[in-house]
Amino acid sequence: MPSWATRRIHRRHETFIQWALFVCAALSVLTTAAIIFVLLSNAVYAPGSKVAFFERVSLAEFLTSTQWKPRDGEGGQFGIWPLLSGTFLVAFIASAVSIPAGLGAAIYMSEYAHPREREWLKPVLEILAGIPSVVFGFFALKFITPWILKPLLQWLGMDVAVFNSLSAGIVVGIMVTPLIASLSEDVIRSVPRSLREAAFALGSTRFDVSARVVVPAALSGILASFLLAFSRAVGETMAVAIAAGGNPLLTLNPLRGSQTMTGFMVHASTGDSAADSISRMSMYAVGITLFVITLAINLLSGWIMRRFREVYQ
Amino acid sequence: MSVAAGSQIASPEISFSSGGDSTIRRRLLLSLIFKWVCRLMTYGALAVLAVLLTSIVWNSLGRLSPGFLVNHYSMNPARCGILAGVWGTFWLVLLTACFSIPIGVGSAVYLEELARDNVIVRVIKVNLSNLAGVPSIVYGILGLTAFRPMTLFLQELFDGRHAINVMGLFRVRLLQLEIFDGNVLVGAMTMSLVVLPTVIIASQEALRAVPSSIRIASLALGATRWQTIWRQVIPAALPGISTGVILSISRAMGEAAPLMMIGVLTVASMCPGGIESPLQLITNPTRVLSVPFDQFTAMPVEIYDWSKQPDPQDRFTAVAASGIVVLLVVLLLINATAMIIRAKTARGLKW
Repeated sequence: MPSWATRRIHRRHETFIQWALFVCAALSVLTTAAIIFVLLSNAVYAPGSKVAFFERVSLAEFLTSTQWKPRDGEGGQFGIWPLLSGTFLVAFIASAVSIPAGLGAAIYMSEYAHPREREWLKPVLEILAGIPSVVFGFFALKFITPWILKPLLQWLGMDVAVFNSLSAGIVVGIMVTPLIASLSEDVIRSVPRSLREAAFALGSTRFDVSARVVVPAALSGILASFLLAFSRAVGETMAVAIAAGGNPLLTLNPLRGSQTMTGFMVHASTGDSAADSISRMSMYAVGITLFVITLAINLLSGWIMRRFREVYQ
Repeated sequence: MSVAAGSQIASPEISFSSGGDSTIRRRLLLSLIFKWVCRLMTYGALAVLAVLLTSIVWNSLGRLSPGFLVNHYSMNPARCGILAGVWGTFWLVLLTACFSIPIGVGSAVYLEELARDNVIVRVIKVNLSNLAGVPSIVYGILGLTAFRPMTLFLQELFDGRHAINVMGLFRVRLLQLEIFDGNVLVGAMTMSLVVLPTVIIASQEALRAVPSSIRIASLALGATRWQTIWRQVIPAALPGISTGVILSISRAMGEAAPLMMIGVLTVASMCPGGIESPLQLITNPTRVLSVPFDQFTAMPVEIYDWSKQPDPQDRFTAVAASGIVVLLVVLLLINATAMIIRAKTARGLKW
């Protein structure tokens, strides 16, 4: 048995370590607080001599103007709508690509594939998920637009710009497909076997089992994965900044270029305007919009997951 | 079914179907079509991966050479190389790992092993899952606003004459240290925040996989909680932790958005600390000290710049593709290491 003295040293030692580790864990809360503080103090209300974005541009202009021309001095217009339309256009195209592909792959891997086939399919899909965003941007700009979209659309009699939302949306869709596939596959596989067996016993085909029993049972998790993928697409930066171009147009035409919120932020940070100029400060207003939108979608996703989950014994 | 002259023996479905064989056949056909649609989606994704890789390798052909790895940036695409990006990424990832591994694994140990279920801990856990969903560019804004002024502070502290100004009283001549804007340290601090949530979550999963019998046995033998964690739980979880951590940190290699925000160089003809070959690490080790405060660029930032290069003859496409090949090969090597660790230990350990 250790003596009382060593025990006391032990205890002090343990308490110290416990506190040190607590500080590590609390750092993540501090990060969130810092993000919120930085965004608010530059966008909404700046302490000290600095002037925040919304102290110079009214919230009404930000939310109602349909022009985004972040210029200093005369003629600057700060309406978020062109950036929002660009962002959501890309995100919706991405969802149109990734939802069928991701869900199809999830159903195939959990319901149809031989275990050995699944064993190599999963890591290969993980490779797709690990490819950096800039690479997808390059792929969109140098392959999808000139080699697929251009010939196809010209054949249909349409013209497509070099920078266009469609190619950006397609590659973002490819990027988030593995996310949907792996999250959905997890929830689909957690549907108990007895449900499938019961359905087969009643004479169901595999399609009936997958589409009418398994998917409805896992629906909350599947929807949650769609929302997470959508939020990822909204926050996606480099692929979109390369492929969609840098022209903030209020348009829903996917064949033309657009600028997303993230694309504008990259553009603004590389510009050479002064740090406290209004064009630079507008980055924070866009940043807070992006942060709030992605956070809201993520929270909604978590809520759907918890609220509508079917619990099996 | 009327038995007409010449009719064949009824197919087995008819015997249990009230709606006749056409319904059954339709349902089976639908099932078959559905299977093939799902299979098409899965293999379609793999085909896209193959096309992506092929198109990149195809574009890089003729440009990718050993010289590409040892050359600096050049306006002439035929002479342009990725050396600065390779070293920049190397130092960035190294420093990011130094920050994020201790903090990340420490947080995971606290949350899994020590924390009691109270309000603060629940707040930390909820916050963590939300942080993992924050776009990386938002961390870039944080780095730009919170970490970049640190550079100014350090610049003032070193007052430009390679000396430390101690409380305004006297100066200590230390190193030949110049502090640049958009330096490796600020980049690594920003990148650590980007990867921390995934590092923590991956480590938590590895710790959770350690069976509680090990903890109970250790505690029963009189070990303290920390002794149990340090000598039993962490060694048992180490393979899982290292796989997860390697995979999360490799994400930092491909991230460009936060770096763009903090203002790293997009065009660089120098390496951090002036170190251009591994040999110089040995011949001139003091230079390493200036690395964290030096300007840098990273591979994905250079690739972004090359992809956007407005060139009528499209000559930078091959340069960008060559850069991507280098980046992907490095990523592949790292991921393969993680996979090997996972495979090796999965065989050896059975709980």
